[in-house]
Parts: sequence; C-alpha cells; structure tokens
Amino acid sequence: MLDLEVSSGFGCDLISDSLCFSRPECLLITGLTNIQIIRVADMIEARAIMFVRGKKPGQEIIRLAEEKKLPLLVTNRFLFESCGLLYQHGLRSS
Amino acid sequence: MDFTRGGEATAKIKKALQLVGMEVDTIRRAVIVAYEAELNIVIHAKHGSLVTHIHPNRVEIEAVDEGPGIPDISLALQEGYSTAPPHIREMGFGAGMGLPNIQRCSDELHIDSEVDSGTTLKAIIINKSRGE
Repeated sequence: MLDLEVSSGFGCDLISDSLCFSRPECLLITGLTNIQIIRVADMIEARAIMFVRGKKPGQEIIRLAEEKKLPLLVTNRFLFESCGLLYQHGLRSS
Repeated sequence: MDFTRGGEATAKIKKALQLVGMEVDTIRRAVIVAYEAELNIVIHAKHGSLVTHIHPNRVEIEAVDEGPGIPDISLALQEGYSTAPPHIREMGFGAGMGLPNIQRCSDELHIDSEVDSGTTLKAIIINKSRGE
C-alpha cells in the first residue's frame, strides 16, 4: 500500500465539500474521524486519508477503512501546515 | 437512526450505476444527490427510504421520509441554512450545503414537505453522453 500514488490532495473539515469538490485518486486530508469520512472517501474514490491535528480514528473506523482498502495516515500537524508541506513537495490541489 | 450505516444505500446505488455503464459525471452527480438525501434522512427523520430508478437517459432518485418536515423549503435550499443539532455539526455536517448540493447536481428537483409528517424529494439527473 506504500506504493500507492495519489493524483492530488484535498484538505477539508466538511463532509459535503469533500464529496463535491475532491477529485478521484486524491489524498483526503481532514480532521474528521467519524465513520462518514470513510464512506465519503470510498465514494469519491480517494486513495488514502490523512488525519491532521493528532486526531486518531477509532477501531470501527479503522475496520471499515481496512475493508475498503483505504490507507489511513496520522499527523500532529494542523490542516494548513500539512497541506503546505505536501504542496511544497509537489502535491497539487484536487 | 443508525448513523454508522448512513451512506451504505448510496454506495450500493453507485455500484449499480457503474455496473450499467452510466457516464462518469452522471454517477458523480447521482452519488452526491443520493448521499445528501440519505444523510438528511439519517440526521433528521424517524425513518425513510431511498429509491433509485435507472433509465438509459436519466437517473431518478426518490427520498421519502417520515419526520419533522421542512417548514420553509426555499429557506432550506439556501446555502448555509441548517437545522442540524450541534453533535451532528461536530462530525462535519450541518454546514447547510445538503439541499443546495442536491439542487446543483440535479437537472430537475421536486420537494414536497409537510411539517410533523415528512418530506418527499425527487431528483432527476440526465445522463448526458460526453460531448453532448
């Protein structure tokens, strides 16, 4: 799974906007850790989710992500900084 | 209602639309309409159903619920207007984008609602082939 490539990044703390504005094969960057973010990531065909601000998903969320083959990443950095760093390293917006 | 399972119906609809080979943009719009309608039922209603009719030229999505109803539909269609409770907002909902997104993604939208009774929403998404 570490070889997965993402086409773009989308940073957001709203479910509706994640659904409407992100592009398929993106990395979804969010502070939301409830189960609906996995459902949305699956629907928009995101490649992976990165949780920011040190948020850690619960067991139920991890289980569903495993089922959907969605890698989950965590960072202590804030949303803005996470997006900035990824942008600096070449990732572009959805 | 079971918040955990919210979105499962939409995931099934998406699979069915892919299976019959609808256009990518049709699927994208239908998924947004279905998911927002499904979560509206989960968040606001007592119970409800989400039915999709797939035709070669269009997708029809019907969401029918028994619940509080919408007192002012034009107000509910405004971006930013929401009646979602705080614990739902904390989960990334309640930004008042549900119905506006449904409207934006539909080619036709009909909403009928009766306060303290329920809401019926019917959305039509035209399956436009690329280049049309």
